[in-house]
Amino acid sequence: MTLRVHDLTCARGGLPVLEGVSFTLAPGKALILRGPNGCGKTTLLRTIAGLQPSIAGEIEAPADSIAYAAHADGIKAVLSVTENLQFWAETFGTASVEAAIDRMKLRALATRPAQTLSAGQKRRLGLARLLVTGRPIWALDEPTVSLDTDSVALFAGVVRAHLEQGGMALIATHIDLGLPEAQVLELGTYKARLPEEGAGGFDEAFL
Amino acid sequence: MRALLLRDLRLAIRAGGGFGLGLAFFLILAVLVPLGVGPEPDTLALIAPGILWVGALLACLLSLDRIFALDFEDGSLDLLATAPVPLEAVVSIKALAHWITTGLPLVLVSPVLGLLLFLPAEAYGWLILSLLLGTPALSVIGSFGAALTVGLKRGGLLLSLLVLPLYIPTLVFGAEVVSRGAQGLTVGTPLSLLAGITAGAVALLPFASALVLRINLR
Repeated sequence: MTLRVHDLTCARGGLPVLEGVSFTLAPGKALILRGPNGCGKTTLLRTIAGLQPSIAGEIEAPADSIAYAAHADGIKAVLSVTENLQFWAETFGTASVEAAIDRMKLRALATRPAQTLSAGQKRRLGLARLLVTGRPIWALDEPTVSLDTDSVALFAGVVRAHLEQGGMALIATHIDLGLPEAQVLELGTYKARLPEEGAGGFDEAFL
Repeated sequence: MRALLLRDLRLAIRAGGGFGLGLAFFLILAVLVPLGVGPEPDTLALIAPGILWVGALLACLLSLDRIFALDFEDGSLDLLATAPVPLEAVVSIKALAHWITTGLPLVLVSPVLGLLLFLPAEAYGWLILSLLLGTPALSVIGSFGAALTVGLKRGGLLLSLLVLPLYIPTLVFGAEVVSRGAQGLTVGTPLSLLAGITAGAVALLPFASALVLRINLR
């Protein structure tokens, strides 16, 4: 069980943003994706998660092994914290949400409708979803946005525990997560050259 | 998949879920038509099948854009697309949830509204049967339109324009079943065409919807 990305070119709106991205993620390892805003971190994660096709290159990962967490947490405002998690647990076919609620310190909020949560609490709920997916590879897009320092440390602990159980994590972030053992991939160095004017792919921008 | 259906039904009946919107529209239309057209039973009985079917169709149209737009905005659709459920099943389940919260209530109240419009007694059975057979097609075709327009801001207008032409066969055959039934004629042909459209839409359109959703999620 490894995630192997080989010479990957991915595009946004039909224009390549990253090319030649290669890395291998072994069990128990984390990889931090860094780079300036707009350099293609989200695009890379969405491509790896299978939400958009790549232009070239290969992604080798076992089927149904990646849990993707985006900027939006996919929380339904009128459902309670437990109901939100329960839905994802049933969708992913895993059993219990109780452990995830305790791990992300959501116990006191468990029966509250999600619309009454603060931004940071919503984020914790979004991250608790990762725990109920039961998937080994986490692809996380700026997971620490709106988290306070304690919650960032809590989250780093959760990631570390996941790694210790043989999981993997691919994290796009700008801040120091406190995971010194993680490798860092600078995406700025893989910036794609723009194709010449009018060279195909124009329709793609509207799809 | 059961979880998704239950979640969608729960979301629809909780505050702000939009359940009852189509139903209220249907009621208002059927109450206003006798006031606008005049109380003559003969006139009303003549137009009742058409009015009830047009009302049901427009009521369905009202809530279509919610099928995927809400899930798209809060990111659930991305997460559902990466979940171990085929997107075709997600689309079908969401169309089913839309039918249960919109189409089925319309079917159930239609006899009461038929009473307001002096629908002839022999047409009630055909009204219920035609709506029962026809409204699933409205939900499935509508979910295809909703999938096409999911990424667009304020895509409601475009959605209506795209979907209305596809609704016309269902409307024509559905209203035909009721008006032929009201006149005591045989309804076999329009009824089987209506059922055929629904069967075809339910069988084929989820694949098309899933395909356009994947493109829209890029």
